[in-house]
Amino acid sequence: MNKCTERLYNGLIKENPTFVMMLGMCPTLAVTSSLQNGFGMGMTTMVVLTASNAIISLLRKVIPDKVRMPAFIVIVASFVTIVQFMLEAYLPSLNASLGIYIPLIVVNCIILGRAEAYASKNPVLPSIFDGIGMGLGFTFGLSCLGFFRELVGSGTVLSHRIIPDEYCIKIIGLAPGAFFVLAVLVAVQNTIRLSKGKEPKELKCVADCSACRNQCEERGKNFDESTKQISVKNTDDSTDKNTNKDNKEEA
Amino acid sequence: MKELILIAIGAALVNNVVLSQFLGLCPFLGVSKKVKTAAGMGMAVIFVITISSLLTSIIYKFILVPTEMTYLNTIVFILVIAALVQFVEMVLKKMSPSLYEALGVYLPLITTNCAVLGVALLNVQNSYGILESVVNGLGTAIGFTISIVIMAGIRERNEYNDISPALKGTPIVLVTAGLMAIAFSGFSGLL
Repeated sequence: MNKCTERLYNGLIKENPTFVMMLGMCPTLAVTSSLQNGFGMGMTTMVVLTASNAIISLLRKVIPDKVRMPAFIVIVASFVTIVQFMLEAYLPSLNASLGIYIPLIVVNCIILGRAEAYASKNPVLPSIFDGIGMGLGFTFGLSCLGFFRELVGSGTVLSHRIIPDEYCIKIIGLAPGAFFVLAVLVAVQNTIRLSKGKEPKELKCVADCSACRNQCEERGKNFDESTKQISVKNTDDSTDKNTNKDNKEEA
Repeated sequence: MKELILIAIGAALVNNVVLSQFLGLCPFLGVSKKVKTAAGMGMAVIFVITISSLLTSIIYKFILVPTEMTYLNTIVFILVIAALVQFVEMVLKKMSPSLYEALGVYLPLITTNCAVLGVALLNVQNSYGILESVVNGLGTAIGFTISIVIMAGIRERNEYNDISPALKGTPIVLVTAGLMAIAFSGFSGLL
């Protein structure tokens, strides 16, 4: 049981997906315009994450290593479809306000990342608790952002008015506000990290929304090399042009 | 014809995929350090999204609807897109090495880019036909390219600016994205 509580602590605080790992940024920015949406999205993700972690952990010895990514994607997509139908049936208003971001849980890097990093290597019970912990951490992060943006942007908390309408900063609740709030969040973390003498934070998993864990490093390397080549080519070109110019001038 | 133009402009500028729908944020923040790489990424995204919206709308219309399996669309679309990107990569490698050299690095990065799946699902949600889906996909991808290239241009200049250490790196990029989102919201009166 000790391992299970450790998993919960790990997901909620130590490796919190929103505040520490900065994963799943697309839904984080898109649905946190109100507390209710943020909380709903977090809980939906948690259900999918827990269920898919359980199944992937059960099947971890059956799935061949070469096709594990497609297999994981199919499992996750099935659960997302099930959850989408449940929401349509029992919480139609939440389903309407989250809209397209519910099916897009499939490509959320938290879920495939946890499947790859934890559930495919560990027994069922810890994997389930890992899913619950990570899901709660994600819910906590989204709820905090949603609470803040709803309070400042429209002056309400769960549709109860706290701040009079004329004192609200409307832009925080709209699309640009999402970027600003996240920027402030990272800046605060950087200040803390710099005061402790650590490197400032970079967004990990830079180019690929999912399948990050093992592929990101490998592809990152390839990518760096290729960009280097491109930049080397550029400098070559420019030097060539310069020499051409020189030649012309001489001529 | 007029409708198609409206769909394209709406997808590219008014409902910009990155700045107002928050899809494809990872490559937007990750591959926007240089204008050249950003443009390459944009081209690859245009290529993949256009083909994938054609393919997914054909599959939806001629396979899923007649067999009454539309509820499987999420699963089918994600698998089709993943397979398509692999396939395009192989074909390009064999048929057109020069194009592969230009786009090849970026292709694996978009396999599961949320924008690709997002466009396919939006096409279904708005019940677009095949031609409308392709136009919508193309417009969305062009919108992505516009925003990532502008972002890369701003970031190249930002390199030389004196930014306070806490805001250096990711935060200033996010602030820039926010300001761009404000600018793009000016297009909302267009339609």
